[in-house]
Amino acid sequence: MQREELEKIAQTIREDILTMALHSGTKGAHIGGGMSCADILAVLYGSIMKYDVSDPEWDGRDRFIMSKAHSAIALYAALRYAGFLSEKEINDALQGRAYLYKHPRMDISHGFEFSGGSLGQGLALAAGSAVALERRNNKDAKFYVLIGDGECDEGSIWEAASFICHYHLKNVVPIIDLNHLQNDGNTEDVMDLGNMADRWRSMGYDVIEVNGHDVMELQAAFLQETEKPKAIIAHTIKGKGVSFAENNVDWHISYLTKEMYEQVIGEWNCAGDK
Amino acid sequence: MQELTKRNLRAWSMLGQRGTVCGVALIEIMEEYQNSYTLTADLAHLSGLDRVQHMFPERFVNVGIAEQNMIGIAAGLAAEGNVVFATTYATFLTMRCYEQIRHHMGYQHMNIKLIGSAAGVEMGMSGNTHYTYEDIAIMRAIPNITVVSPADPAEAYQIMHQAAATEGPMYIRLTGGMNQQIITKCEDGGIQIGKSKELQSGTDVAVIFAGNIAGTVQKAVELLESEGISTSVIDMHTIKPLDTRQLERQMGKKIIVTVEEHSIIGGLGGAVSEYYAQFERHPKVVRIGVEDQFLHPAGKELLLETAGLTPQKIYKRIRKELNR
Repeated sequence: MQREELEKIAQTIREDILTMALHSGTKGAHIGGGMSCADILAVLYGSIMKYDVSDPEWDGRDRFIMSKAHSAIALYAALRYAGFLSEKEINDALQGRAYLYKHPRMDISHGFEFSGGSLGQGLALAAGSAVALERRNNKDAKFYVLIGDGECDEGSIWEAASFICHYHLKNVVPIIDLNHLQNDGNTEDVMDLGNMADRWRSMGYDVIEVNGHDVMELQAAFLQETEKPKAIIAHTIKGKGVSFAENNVDWHISYLTKEMYEQVIGEWNCAGDK
Repeated sequence: MQELTKRNLRAWSMLGQRGTVCGVALIEIMEEYQNSYTLTADLAHLSGLDRVQHMFPERFVNVGIAEQNMIGIAAGLAAEGNVVFATTYATFLTMRCYEQIRHHMGYQHMNIKLIGSAAGVEMGMSGNTHYTYEDIAIMRAIPNITVVSPADPAEAYQIMHQAAATEGPMYIRLTGGMNQQIITKCEDGGIQIGKSKELQSGTDVAVIFAGNIAGTVQKAVELLESEGISTSVIDMHTIKPLDTRQLERQMGKKIIVTVEEHSIIGGLGGAVSEYYAQFERHPKVVRIGVEDQFLHPAGKELLLETAGLTPQKIYKRIRKELNR
């Protein structure tokens, strides 16, 4: 897919994230992490993943696992783009007893492969499912697992990472959203994991590092064949696209006022929420 | 599935619950259900899984010493339509992985059957890291998970086959070692998960137990009966969902006694107490098990003695509670 097309999808996702954040009111939304992975999701749902909205359980589908599930707001937007969620569901999100709350709940009919909210759990689930697919000779379906760099503090990530390499599960692709921020500050200050690429390499992965906001680089990384299981390190900016939220830890989760919303819409030069 | 013949009961008795589950039932299940998997965390040999591993290498997965990961892998396999048996020592299986269990089995309702071996104080001289007397309490606190504790290897065998045939998450707590006493009788017919079994009916006391403590309970009850204390004995192999109809039938007893190789907090005794507590008038519930403490490590027999789980101690405690 061409750059322009993918960037347009990413922009749609960002606009939906902003709408949901506005509607969530003073309870706040995970804008930082959502914007950080918006381009990754745009490329996955726009050009890489195979899925069929009319047959969500199709065995040949690629499965997306949002392990850093607090960024669900971006997944909701991507699933609306893909056709799994309606505009109404997006407009109602994060309010009252809405279907969509801050973390996704497993419901394959709507494209949710996995319930999230407890960090460090998605990679193992993908690995187990990959074993099942391999043993029933489904060689095509892939698992894309989005993991936060802060989330990599969890030891369970590394248990699953070892398992994937030991069993050579090449159809599981971990994507690290490396934005260098977590709840309490810079990842290097809170818990320094050293060089992320080296870490995954040492586990037994072929690592591809990309600019996580360059859709063409992302697309190429997803398409690249590797010898060993592949891990993609996406260098990103938390809050990307929202000027005052970029690289600002306060926007891990925060309240977007109407004024702020208008400001961003102005900066983006788009129509916004009516 | 094999019949409950005298010959089978003898063989299973020798194998114990774990041996019967891992060495007999699992092999039959892996053969019958092509979508079944067995997972271990570096405990294949010690769990008696060698035959499963050799007969079904394609559906046997060793995750290494990584119990939390085992539950995640199990969840992934289950998400793709498989029934997954995940097993290691009960202590590590339930406590190390608690949040994984809650998330994948409780919240996501994955079709995973946990087989916790050597529960209670079976591990004797290994010490407290290897004892498991909190597992029933924590497992039954999670919505959606069925919790069972078979009284003997024959019950364990039947529970395994029912578990394989039933969709949904389950915790199977295995107690006792090899050469277990069998309380199952061929002529009684089988058990059903969720339905307790009244081994004998009496009028004064109801003794409700779960697990391999069955034989000890039966000896204690013989002592009570010899003094004319008429006792009902109930094998509550399923702790969740609890057979409340059975508890309702026991409402007229002077006292209800629960006996388990588990903490007196939150296990079978907790579940039974919670049931009776909702009624304004109900019999006193006496919970016999491990008090709220870490036991000083010792051989299993000495640990049971400390916990008051011998025939004499159970008998004396019940007599005392009856003011006799």
